Amino acid sequence: MSILDAGAALPRPKIDLLPALTPVVVALAAAPFIGSFSTFLTLTAAGLAMGMMIFTMASGLTLVFGMMDVLNFGHGAFIALGAYVATLVLLPLASWSSADSVPLNLAVFLLAAVAAALVCGALGWVFERLIVKPVYGQHLRQILATIGGSIIAEQLLYALFGPDQIPLGLPRTLEGSFVFGEAAVEKYRVLATLVGLAVFLGEMLILNRTKIGLLIRAGVENREMVEALGYRIDRLFVGVFMAGSALAGLGGAMMGLYRGQVHATIGAEFLVLCFIVIIIGGLGSVGGSFVASILVALIANYAGFVAPKLALVSNILAMVVVLIWRPRGLYPVSGR
Amino acid sequence: MSLGLTLEGVHTHIGRYHILQGVDFDAPAGKTTMLLGRNGAGKTTALRTVMGLWRASKGRIALGDARLEKLAASDVARLGVGYAPETMAVFSDLTVKENLVLGAREGPLDEKRLNWIFGFFPALRKFWLSRAGALSGGQKQMLSIARAIVEPRELLLIDEPTKGLAPAIVGALIECLKEIKATGVTILVVEQNFRVAVEVGDEVRVMDNGRIAHRGLMRDLAADQALQNRLLGLSLDSHQ
Repeated sequence: MSILDAGAALPRPKIDLLPALTPVVVALAAAPFIGSFSTFLTLTAAGLAMGMMIFTMASGLTLVFGMMDVLNFGHGAFIALGAYVATLVLLPLASWSSADSVPLNLAVFLLAAVAAALVCGALGWVFERLIVKPVYGQHLRQILATIGGSIIAEQLLYALFGPDQIPLGLPRTLEGSFVFGEAAVEKYRVLATLVGLAVFLGEMLILNRTKIGLLIRAGVENREMVEALGYRIDRLFVGVFMAGSALAGLGGAMMGLYRGQVHATIGAEFLVLCFIVIIIGGLGSVGGSFVASILVALIANYAGFVAPKLALVSNILAMVVVLIWRPRGLYPVSGR
Repeated sequence: MSLGLTLEGVHTHIGRYHILQGVDFDAPAGKTTMLLGRNGAGKTTALRTVMGLWRASKGRIALGDARLEKLAASDVARLGVGYAPETMAVFSDLTVKENLVLGAREGPLDEKRLNWIFGFFPALRKFWLSRAGALSGGQKQMLSIARAIVEPRELLLIDEPTKGLAPAIVGALIECLKEIKATGVTILVVEQNFRVAVEVGDEVRVMDNGRIAHRGLMRDLAADQALQNRLLGLSLDSHQ
């Protein structure tokens, strides 16, 4: 056997499954209060879809914070921008959306999603060079600069697209629901869940199976040592920032379609949720963000049904409870 | 033959503090140079300044003909400088293998070189797929040094390799440093353990208050107890 394939003799650390099971525990705990199984199924499917969209938006933020130590309050601007880019693709191609053709419907969705990610990724590069790079290592200035950047971006969106909400219809194939007995699960929610899962699996594959992923994981833990090994960390930073912005754009496009309308404030609205998710998940942890996104979305859905007033503060309460239980989040990253 | 390191009039400021105050010394090619001195003398700062992790505010640093003082750490490393810091700085969430894969910047791991490294650090083979965070302090130190030498280097900077280690592990590290030295690499080691310094050092530079207070052969310093007392405030006997 090759040395490189030699087995480990040190006991592997126990896989900490408990945090990953929290969404299941929450679902089981909520079920008796909801009563009807079909309602429970609908709420759970909606929560999963919402969770996957939040994860898509938040995973970029957690990597950017974890690796670059940058508090990017401008992340919301890319969420909004992604939603607007989706309108720029979907509105002119309305005939593809309304066509009685599954391939055309899916193609226009794919085009919108890819365009949102690409445009946001490219503008992420500009944002990083102009606004973030001058304030590396200065948290207070980062907050001020990125908030300033996001305000400028939001005002630019108003100037370009106007202050009114822009309606955004789903492609025909994605309208309607799958019906299971008395439960209805919207087709778009199934797609959103699949996209979120694909993003998660893609990120985990890159992080765990490629050298770039190794560098990102190492950079989250100790940037200085990565540089001392000869890797140009600033280039890696830019790449991670662009990827984070692209994911925010993709998430924004998905969310715009989910809501059926786009407005510049969508970014600020979901930015808070993204921060809650990355704090609950453990700063810098993609896996933690994944679990936290599902957890937060499920709690919001269940609380909205069982005790609507509680839903207003459910995210904050979830964060408080998790941080009391695990002060560094569900899956803390070493060195963070 | 590897390249020698030269520092001329190097000053380093960290915030308001003026740590290196005109450091002049050399680490001859292919030799092991020990950088000694009391706590706070500026030894670690000197190593980090050579590595580019702190920027020299003034002075010249050269590896052979290549100037280092304005280079980023990644560019210094690309000139063939390996660095094992005082904190070891292994990536805890990565396995031993992954740590070494990152150390091999030029390409895939060379199995022959790995076998050579495993010869003096067998624990790394044993725990190949274990998380580095689960290793003991001595094993982390081995991993840190192994990562620095997993590819051939021109210059090796090692900061306090024996700090906090059990005597048996210190012995293994001494053998390792001797083996690396035999390959002709230029080595600069910051070390507090005088016995280790005597065993592995060819040359010695002693720092005091951000300057070089003494330069010479290690064996000469080891033989001169009065000089040891004056420079380091210790005697060899007290560390044996």
